[in-house]
Amino acid sequence: MDDLYRELIIDRYKNPQFRGELNPNDITFEDDNPYCGDHIRVDVRLDENGVVTEAAYSGEGCSISQAAADLLIEYIHGKTLDEVKALTKEDVLDLLGIELGPVRLKCALLSLKVLKAGAYGLGEATDDLVA
Amino acid sequence: MKPTHPPKIVLDVQKIRADFPVLEREVRPGVPLIYLDSTATSQKPRQVLEAMDRFYRRTNANIHRGIHTLAEEATAGYEAARERIARFIGAAAAHEVIFVRNTTEAINLVAYSWGRANLNAGDVIVLTEMEHHSNLVPWQMLAAELDLRLEFIPVTPEGLLDLDAYHRLLDLHPKLVTFTHMSNVLGTINPAQEIIAAAHAVGAVTLVDGAQSVPHLPVDVQTLGADFLAFSGHKMLGPSGIGVLYGRGELLEAMPPFLGGGDMIKRVELRSFSVNALPYKFEAGTPAIAEAVGLGAAVEYLAAIGMEAVEQYEHEMIAYVLERLEEIPGVRVFGPEAQHKGAVAAFTLPEAHAHDISQVLDDFGIAVRAGHHCAMPLHTKFGIPATARASFYIYNTRQEVDRLVEGIYKVKEIFG
Repeated sequence: MDDLYRELIIDRYKNPQFRGELNPNDITFEDDNPYCGDHIRVDVRLDENGVVTEAAYSGEGCSISQAAADLLIEYIHGKTLDEVKALTKEDVLDLLGIELGPVRLKCALLSLKVLKAGAYGLGEATDDLVA
Repeated sequence: MKPTHPPKIVLDVQKIRADFPVLEREVRPGVPLIYLDSTATSQKPRQVLEAMDRFYRRTNANIHRGIHTLAEEATAGYEAARERIARFIGAAAAHEVIFVRNTTEAINLVAYSWGRANLNAGDVIVLTEMEHHSNLVPWQMLAAELDLRLEFIPVTPEGLLDLDAYHRLLDLHPKLVTFTHMSNVLGTINPAQEIIAAAHAVGAVTLVDGAQSVPHLPVDVQTLGADFLAFSGHKMLGPSGIGVLYGRGELLEAMPPFLGGGDMIKRVELRSFSVNALPYKFEAGTPAIAEAVGLGAAVEYLAAIGMEAVEQYEHEMIAYVLERLEEIPGVRVFGPEAQHKGAVAAFTLPEAHAHDISQVLDDFGIAVRAGHHCAMPLHTKFGIPATARASFYIYNTRQEVDRLVEGIYKVKEIFG
């Protein structure tokens, strides 16, 4: 547990840096984790070269899902849209710095799933985006 | 003078615990299991495990139509389980007990068979806002197909059904009233007898979701007056994969079959078939034979303890649980006070999400569930995405409740 609840995760959960909504935005997407009712919305603003200038997330969920979202949103600032599309499960796990079981993995990856569905302009967020 | 309290029925929890092999397990070295998730599924006593093991080692054969010894023994075992279950719920006849996979399948059977044969566009079904998805979605599907109207008995802020509103809904002359006997989230024990009597007074058929009540309370279909009662084996010390639909004989007789195939027929020709008698009419294909035998053993186990003793033990347990939880600052327990409630405590903490509560408690070997517990509309009503839920059965102790409380304080320490 001490591993799972690293100081970083608890800190980001309690003091998020990138919570909020951006209106207007260039990309917005939201989805639920049907297993636990967690909900995340991600908003992104891009410059003329397709680079992320601003991003934010909103919604509710457990410490893992919220901290993962906060760290992920921080990470994509300055990235190009193509780099965002290329993000993987491993990138999120590296940001969190912890090992996760299959159920908590879904919590951790919800924000990436939502972000990538938005980046690709998809109608729905599917698990293969974060496989 | 007559005593004002019924004589105390004693349940020997240590003797019961010794029957459950899984309770000897450590979740991790040095961390014994504290299993507080019986509302999701119960643990199994060795009597059930041994009955199923014995069936597979000694008897295994397909039931019905076999002439050889094993087939006769298998059939006898399967039918003996049916009779035992029929007695357990007070059914008038064993053929009113239909074996299905679980509560969900039992309710779907009623929706598909009784519902399609008896409901027409514009007909009203009355449900409640505290239904498990299994007693909601089948009716939503049928309503979409047949253009039915669904109406819901509201849940009060205290977690009780608003019975005045129910009586007003009866003015709509519903064809069916279907409701949970005991909520899997709030723990509310609904006044089933009163609800059913009022439904019958306006000519409605009644279905009771007994998934939580049959394992934890004395349930007698004659006393209740229920037309249908659905429940699952795995929540009442039996195996998964076996459940029961009880139906009043004359209703079941009049219903068309559900699944087609072997066993449910009397005679088959290339282009036609005639339907078998009850209960086989609704049991197409090879059923879960060993599981039925296991459920029979579970019912025998519960009957030996006595369901009045089970109810009383759990009532005292939930009173203690609520008392202990309420002393923790910030804990919000959903549902009514102990007198209206089974041994279920769904709660939230301001500091931590239900998932995080469950994760921290797991470190202490404490198994609680986190999420919406297949009752999303109810959680929406209370304005919360998820709760942590501790639920209790005959093998849980007060010491385990104390461990739970210590665990919750640890959650508060981490997230506070």
